[in-house]
Amino acid sequence: MHVPDGFIDAPTSLAAGAVAVVGIGLCLRGAHRELDERSAPLAGLVAAFVFAAQMLNFPVASGTSGHLLGGVLAAILIGPWSGALAVTTVLLVQALLFADGGLTALGVNVINMAFVTILVGYPIFRTIVRVLPRRSVAPIAAAVAALVSVPVASFSFVLLFAIGGTTDLSLGAVTTAVVSVHVLIGIGEAVITGLTVASVMAVRPDLVFGARGLLAPVKLRLHSPPTTADAR
Amino acid sequence: MKAPRSRRDIVVLLGFLVAALVLAGVVSYYASSSPDGLNKVAIDKRFAGAEEPHDLENSPLAGYSTSDVDNERLSGGLAGVAGVGATLVLAGGLAMLVRRRSSPDETDHGASPVA
Repeated sequence: MHVPDGFIDAPTSLAAGAVAVVGIGLCLRGAHRELDERSAPLAGLVAAFVFAAQMLNFPVASGTSGHLLGGVLAAILIGPWSGALAVTTVLLVQALLFADGGLTALGVNVINMAFVTILVGYPIFRTIVRVLPRRSVAPIAAAVAALVSVPVASFSFVLLFAIGGTTDLSLGAVTTAVVSVHVLIGIGEAVITGLTVASVMAVRPDLVFGARGLLAPVKLRLHSPPTTADAR
Repeated sequence: MKAPRSRRDIVVLLGFLVAALVLAGVVSYYASSSPDGLNKVAIDKRFAGAEEPHDLENSPLAGYSTSDVDNERLSGGLAGVAGVGATLVLAGGLAMLVRRRSSPDETDHGASPVA
C-alpha cells in the first residue's frame, strides 16, 4: 500500500507530513508509558519482524499481490503508541534505504499504515477481548481487527487522493477498486496477525500488551510465579 | 527488581529475530512479484503514470536488491537482512530511549536491544 511520489500533490503531502510529525510526537509520549525494560527489546524485534513480513507479497487476485501492514499486530504486542512508532520506523527504513514509498509521500504512508490501521484496529481488538475476556479469544480478536484495518487504511488513501490526488478520476470507481482488493489483502493480514499473536501467547501470554489485562486477575488467584503479577 | 526477564521472554525475542531474518533473508525470494493492491489499481485506473521516480532509486539497496551482487537470491537476501538490522537498531534504540525506567540506579541495560 506504499504510496509513491507523485500520486498526491505537494500541499496535501506537506499537510500529511505535519499531521504525521504531530502524531509521532504523541506516540513518543504514549510509548514512554507503554514500554519498560522488559518490553522495549520486544518493540525493536516486532518492528524488525514487520519489516521482514512486509517483504513477503502474497498473491490475492490475478496479477495482484498484497503484504502485511502490521499495525494491528504491533499494537497488540507492544501497545498502540509503540506499535505506531514501530510501523513508522519500518516505513522510514523502506523509504530511505530501499526506495520503497515516496519521500514526499512519507506523511501519507505513515497516516495510512501506521496510524489508521491502529486507530481502527486496536479498539476493535480491545472491544472483543473485553466482551469475551478469555485467553483463547485474543488471536481471533486480533485477526478480526487486522481484517478490518486493511480496507479502512486503503480508504484513508482514497480520502487523501480525493483531497490532493494529481489525477482527476471518478472517486467512486477508485474507492470500489482500492477497497475491494484490500478486503482480500486484509484476509492475509488477519491470518498472519492471528497466528503470530497465538504463537506469542502460547509461550509468553503476559508479554502480549493487548492481552495483559485479561490474564492478570486469574493468574494472581492461581498463585503463579511473581513475574506475571508485575505485568500491568 | 520490577521485571526480571525470564528465559521464556528470550524465547519470544529470539523467535522474532530468527523469523525476521529467515523471512527477509530467504523466504522473500519467493514473494509474489505482482504489483500490490494499490499499484494494480493505479495501473487499471490509469494513474500509475503520475508516479515520479524515487529520489533514492540509485541507492545501494533500492528495490530490495543489493547493487553489485548479481545472484538474485543473494542480492535480495542481503538487502532483506540489512533492512531487518536497520529496523531493529532504529526501532529498538528508540524504544530503549523512550521506555520508562523503574528505578534510577538501574544502569545494567545497554542501549542495544539484543546482542
